[in-house]
Amino acid sequence: MTLLQIAADEAENPLIPPLPELVIGLVAFLIVFGFLAKMLLPRINKVLEQRHEAIEGGMEKAEAAQAEAQALLEQYRQQLAEARHEANRLRQEAQEQGAALIAEMRSEGQRQREEIIAAAHAQIEADRKQAALALRQDVGKLAVELASKLVDEALQEHARQSRVIDRFLDELAEKAEATR
Amino acid sequence: MSADPQMLAFETNCHIFSGCGFPSPGLNSFVFKPLFTVGGVHFNKPMLLAVLSTIVVVGFFWAAFARPKLLPGKLQMVGEAGYDFVRRGVVHETMGRKEGEKFVPLMVTLFFFIWIMNLWAIIPIAQFPVTSIIAFPAGLAAIVYLTWMTLTFKRHGFVGGMKSLCGYQKGLGAVAFLVFPLEFLSNTIIRPFTHTVRLFANMFAGHLLLLIFTVGAWYTLNGIGIAYSAVAFVMVVVLTLFELFIQALQAYVFVVLASDYVRGAIAGH
Repeated sequence: MTLLQIAADEAENPLIPPLPELVIGLVAFLIVFGFLAKMLLPRINKVLEQRHEAIEGGMEKAEAAQAEAQALLEQYRQQLAEARHEANRLRQEAQEQGAALIAEMRSEGQRQREEIIAAAHAQIEADRKQAALALRQDVGKLAVELASKLVDEALQEHARQSRVIDRFLDELAEKAEATR
Repeated sequence: MSADPQMLAFETNCHIFSGCGFPSPGLNSFVFKPLFTVGGVHFNKPMLLAVLSTIVVVGFFWAAFARPKLLPGKLQMVGEAGYDFVRRGVVHETMGRKEGEKFVPLMVTLFFFIWIMNLWAIIPIAQFPVTSIIAFPAGLAAIVYLTWMTLTFKRHGFVGGMKSLCGYQKGLGAVAFLVFPLEFLSNTIIRPFTHTVRLFANMFAGHLLLLIFTVGAWYTLNGIGIAYSAVAFVMVVVLTLFELFIQALQAYVFVVLASDYVRGAIAGH
């Protein structure tokens, strides 16, 4: 019996596992398992985790940037709206102020006009009074002048009239005497 | 006298029409001369290939994962693809991400170790699937068996574990008497056996097929037999490709079943 034949006889039933192969197979497996489970797979897991985090972190960063941009946009919009509102307010205020100014100026004009009118009236009154005064003086003078003239004339006339009257009276008297 | 068909087929000039019978490959094709003997234990070719498988798998993952980078190199990328295939494609699919993560190293090791042991079948010079020696798949199936058995009783206690093994469900009624023994037998005895034999038999049969056509191609390489030899040679090529597929598939099936057993142990019935 050679060694080979003994081995062949042992292998008659291929379903019966030979012990040395079983042990070697298990040891080989355990060595592979030990290396992978204790050392190599944890390492790659760590890196996969890191990569996942890196990708997720990148995404988070992008999201944060987007959120910031959105916030900034919102802020700008708000500022723009505020500015617009402010401009509106200013315009309205200016309008109001302008209207007030116009109204004020109008009332001032009115007042000035009235003042001017009043002053004019007063001036006119004063002028009139002065004129009246002057006139009165003039009239007096004139009247006196006239009167003096009239009187003078009248006196001369009177004399003449007196002569006329005298003559008339004389005539009358002559007539009466004549008639009697 | 010699029982080694490989020697008959390749080391002698044995051809058809030359008064030489067909050296049919058989069980003897799975027996090897010891390479050396230590303390009465014969160290043979399958053992050597098993040890080489260890070196190949550890070597590959060492090269790929020993100094992993955030931006992976080519080898790391390949390693990650393989790792991810088992991790997500098998373990997370069957057990879920949370429960499964703990068993990822076991399943990854099983898959790649079995695959490489299968792969030797078509590697020149080696040309022998280690898993066609039943001791290797049996050992691995035993590890899986112990794992999920331990888990079953750890999770559910003795009564719960037995219920789980017997396929206990509410409302079984009288059928329970039929279900319990069948389920118990199926889970505790048949399951590890089929788990082992599925892998073993596939690789065993695949190796035999390859051998028959290889030996046949060599044997018929004489006179008119050359025509048959050509056909056999084509079959060798076709079957080699087929085996390449079966090797990966059987490693995958083994791991999927292992994951499913563990899932069953965690979930109970």
